Amino acid sequence: MSRINVELPGLDLKNPIMPASGCFGFGREYAQLYDLSVLGSIMIKATTVETRLGNPTPRVAETPAGMLNAIGLQNPGLEKVMKQELPFLEKYDVPIIANVAGTLTEDYVQVAESISTAPNVKALELNISCPNVKHGGITFGTDPVIARELVEAVKAVSKVPVYVKLSPNVTDIVEIAKAVEAGGADGITMINTLVGMRLDERTGKPVIANGTGGLSGPAVKPVAIRMVYEVYKAVNIPIIGMGGVTNAQDVIDFMSAGASAVAVGTANFVDPFVCPNIIEALPAKLEELGVKHIKEIIGRSHR
Amino acid sequence: MIRQERMTVVRQVEIAHHIYELVLQGEIVQDMNPGQFVHVRVSDSFEPLLRRPISIASIDCEASECTIIYRAEGRGTQILSQKQVGDEVDVLGPLGNGFSAEAATEGGTALLVGGGIGVPPLYELSKQLNARGVRTIHVFGFATENVTFYEEQFSALGETHFVTVDGTKGTKGFVTDLLEELQPEFDVFYSCGPLPMLRALEQFYPEKPGFLSFEERMGCGIGACFACICKTTENTEKDYVKVCSDGPVFPKGVVEL
Repeated sequence: MSRINVELPGLDLKNPIMPASGCFGFGREYAQLYDLSVLGSIMIKATTVETRLGNPTPRVAETPAGMLNAIGLQNPGLEKVMKQELPFLEKYDVPIIANVAGTLTEDYVQVAESISTAPNVKALELNISCPNVKHGGITFGTDPVIARELVEAVKAVSKVPVYVKLSPNVTDIVEIAKAVEAGGADGITMINTLVGMRLDERTGKPVIANGTGGLSGPAVKPVAIRMVYEVYKAVNIPIIGMGGVTNAQDVIDFMSAGASAVAVGTANFVDPFVCPNIIEALPAKLEELGVKHIKEIIGRSHR
Repeated sequence: MIRQERMTVVRQVEIAHHIYELVLQGEIVQDMNPGQFVHVRVSDSFEPLLRRPISIASIDCEASECTIIYRAEGRGTQILSQKQVGDEVDVLGPLGNGFSAEAATEGGTALLVGGGIGVPPLYELSKQLNARGVRTIHVFGFATENVTFYEEQFSALGETHFVTVDGTKGTKGFVTDLLEELQPEFDVFYSCGPLPMLRALEQFYPEKPGFLSFEERMGCGIGACFACICKTTENTEKDYVKVCSDGPVFPKGVVEL
């Protein structure tokens, strides 16, 4: 009997571990390194209607225990994702969560309607929190009314459950979480990156060409844990937690705060084998805690 | 094949001011080609967090040893420069596509042009070219005398010219000044160094086949994070290339300079 399988709307997961969107491309690169079927799920790179070439370089900058990025949602566009990327992933026994992004409500609706018909896409992740694009993205994620309306519009066309990826760049994340739940979201994924900036020591100018970038990595974990903790208390839909996860203990922490599954982002760049390593380490961690099944620890901080 | 390995430090020497030559032993050496790079994690802690991409300067399959040469400039490379013989270093590699030594034919001549810390990957290339019966001409530019290295090693392989910006070693100026003066005869060129140098070379030798190695800030090093994107020229099929996994070496004319 597995001790680490979890069930979420649309997702029957062998284990609660999945690479986070934007940190794993469409899986091709990591498929050279290990069998992707070991993963609980894969959150693929954000897909938009048209091809997006992203922001100018430099797009990344290292920071203490973290990094800033401003990739700018570079992706090959809906058609290529449907014809080339998703079929490539079909050979693996792993459900896909498709991250959906756009500028206008219609863009989200168009991508969601189409991508939710792909046989291996078992859930959508609405990206209303990308801090690195001028229009769309985060503007949907910072106003509860707009967020709710977008979720309603996407729910109306999606063939699979819809999760919403929340931005930490808000005054009250609980308010947004409640709004997307009211809009019919099946789950919440959180958190996206925190807007930050690093300056060049010599010139005093931002290192990243875009000026600002999204902060990720171990540095953001306490913020993410706090937000998962607060949102768990306020909503009745499941949470996929993320933000600075690098090992099995981090997974336990997120699940204790209230996450039902956990995504791994930046750590994939540091150690490309981090996801399989965490999956392998989880049973021993449960043993240590005297827990029979990982589901028992979900939300234990609140009990 | 890309593998992750804890390689062992065999030797580490400061060969010029803040320039280190590090010899590592491990199995992944067997898969290495000139122009490829390794992605080095300098510390098991989160500080610094990301790996450092460093080009491969020399490959010794028999001893399972490779040499990397880097400038200890930032925090990460400074930590790496403190590694002692016997220490283990977490290495991901070999990564990227290297120089095609096959593009030069036996009996022909290859021009190798390097700038600063772009010189190291040209060393293994030169060794392999010479082993294939290709004559090599080396033209290398550095900022100043105390950051130059490998003069003896390159001179043993072929005609070698150094140029420094301040004139403290070799001719004064840039490699392009020296190339204008030398007017070398060659069949193919290979280069690694700063963008203005690569740009100048493309303009200098429009008729000759050439291969350029690029540098860009990287995240993952394997093509997944889209950090190290370069725009391509109009005559290329792709809209962009990734320096880490499509490069770092590209035939001339692919990347918009």
